[in-house]
Amino acid sequence: MVVPAAHKSGANKRAQLGLFAGYLVAGSGALLGACLLVISLFSPQTFQGLRSMAVDLVSPAGDAGALGRVEGRNVFEAIGGYYRAGSRNARLEREVAVARVRLAEAEALRRENERLRAVLRISQGATRPVTVARLIGSTSASARRFAYLSAGQRHGVRAGMPVTSPLGLVGGVLEAGAFSSRVLLLTDSESMVPVRRAGDDVTAFAEGRADGLLRIRLINLGINPLKRGDVFVTSGAGGLFRPGVAVAVAVQITEDGAVAQLLSNPAASDVVTVEPIWQRAAVEQLAADPALPLPDASPAPSPIGSPTPQASASRRPAPPASPTASPAPSSAPTTAEADSEAAQ
Amino acid sequence: MRDHLNPSGQQDAFGTRINREPDPLLAMGLPWLTIILAALAPLSPIIAPAPVLPPLAFLALIAWRLLRPNLLPLWAWLPLGLIDDLFSGQPFGSGIMLFSLALIALDLFEGRFPWRNFWQNWAVAAVLIVAYLAIAGLVSGAQLTLVQMGVIVPQALLSVVLFPIMAALIGLLDRLRLLHVRRID
Repeated sequence: MVVPAAHKSGANKRAQLGLFAGYLVAGSGALLGACLLVISLFSPQTFQGLRSMAVDLVSPAGDAGALGRVEGRNVFEAIGGYYRAGSRNARLEREVAVARVRLAEAEALRRENERLRAVLRISQGATRPVTVARLIGSTSASARRFAYLSAGQRHGVRAGMPVTSPLGLVGGVLEAGAFSSRVLLLTDSESMVPVRRAGDDVTAFAEGRADGLLRIRLINLGINPLKRGDVFVTSGAGGLFRPGVAVAVAVQITEDGAVAQLLSNPAASDVVTVEPIWQRAAVEQLAADPALPLPDASPAPSPIGSPTPQASASRRPAPPASPTASPAPSSAPTTAEADSEAAQ
Repeated sequence: MRDHLNPSGQQDAFGTRINREPDPLLAMGLPWLTIILAALAPLSPIIAPAPVLPPLAFLALIAWRLLRPNLLPLWAWLPLGLIDDLFSGQPFGSGIMLFSLALIALDLFEGRFPWRNFWQNWAVAAVLIVAYLAIAGLVSGAQLTLVQMGVIVPQALLSVVLFPIMAALIGLLDRLRLLHVRRID
């Protein structure tokens, strides 16, 4: 079958000219696209406003869709629940028995923690969430891993804030629009979170891998102490994420660390919580306490509190040579202090 | 002259032919609408831990272009690529560049091989899709590791397999597009 050619000119001068103009336009389009691409690769935040506005515009539809996803999953889980009711009941009873013991232990630890905090004169300072929102979509066809969140600057969301679900860390806010924002998921290859093994202080970086897993890279190289099933939590180094938020569990041991599975699958999170940037609170607390030494407080260091676009675009922390030091040397004691506090 | 007593002569695949014609807005606007809706796919409730969904806007664009070469102008890259860039998560400009390159490539190919059939269309679309995914991965700003490259393979396979379905869907929409819905008074 011969299909009429799209842009056939023949001997008609005018059609030839029109065709030429068409190619000219299309060719300049490719060039324009390439130029924009280079600009946005070198400064990712250039077109942030345009993008945020567009997502703001269509976010109500995404919000309805997200609700549908949650409802749909609930229906399937309810159906599945009938098939496994008996065995699950027995397993849950065993788990409850164990959990009661653990609860008692945790209570004892909490008391002890409170006492030690009182000694150090650190107030409890529970982090109040900025807002609670839904993930309304993700870039599921692109090589980058972004998600769209149904809350924006009107709800207090700012770039750099951590996004968590009850199961653990989901990612960090990259751009905040008026009613929606873009979240860099942990599995993006540009995402890097300082973590430590829960229970001891083996510190590492959790880097995103393209296939939905995380790569745990140990900071201190040598004999790899990791085992399968090790759980990693945020260490608080770098200042964005408060320490002690669950991140991943190791599923495969490699030479310089492990490959880990995400604990809070963003697809399974019903609602997520946007938390304030952690370091700001810690710095304020430090400044309010006259007993604690504040090194050179005059130049008001808040490198993370108001992240530069570049810094939040590709969240690369300090080089591995000085892992626990946060980007600005003047705030290092804060982080170290918080680290030791979290380790208790 | 048509037989006025034969009712089947007054009908065709697009409805009655008497006193009716296709709506110009629907006829010209439907391709744009479908491609824009496909570009909004990232806001669908699927939250993927890895790139799994095919690039739906690109598939729709190729399918429309193969079915109706004259329908979309050569400058269609700009608005469509721009809208795709706003939502796809790729760096701004990659959609504009890749859409226009694909349209130019199709145009040049068509000038050389005017004959068409299903298999040829599928093969052309497959080549374009694989090239699109590879280049989009290269310019996405993500780190180029073996894992990253490996993830594209299942996505490309899925996209290639999905293309005939998309083409059939676009064919269906094309009939809807030409329905005689407008009354001539």
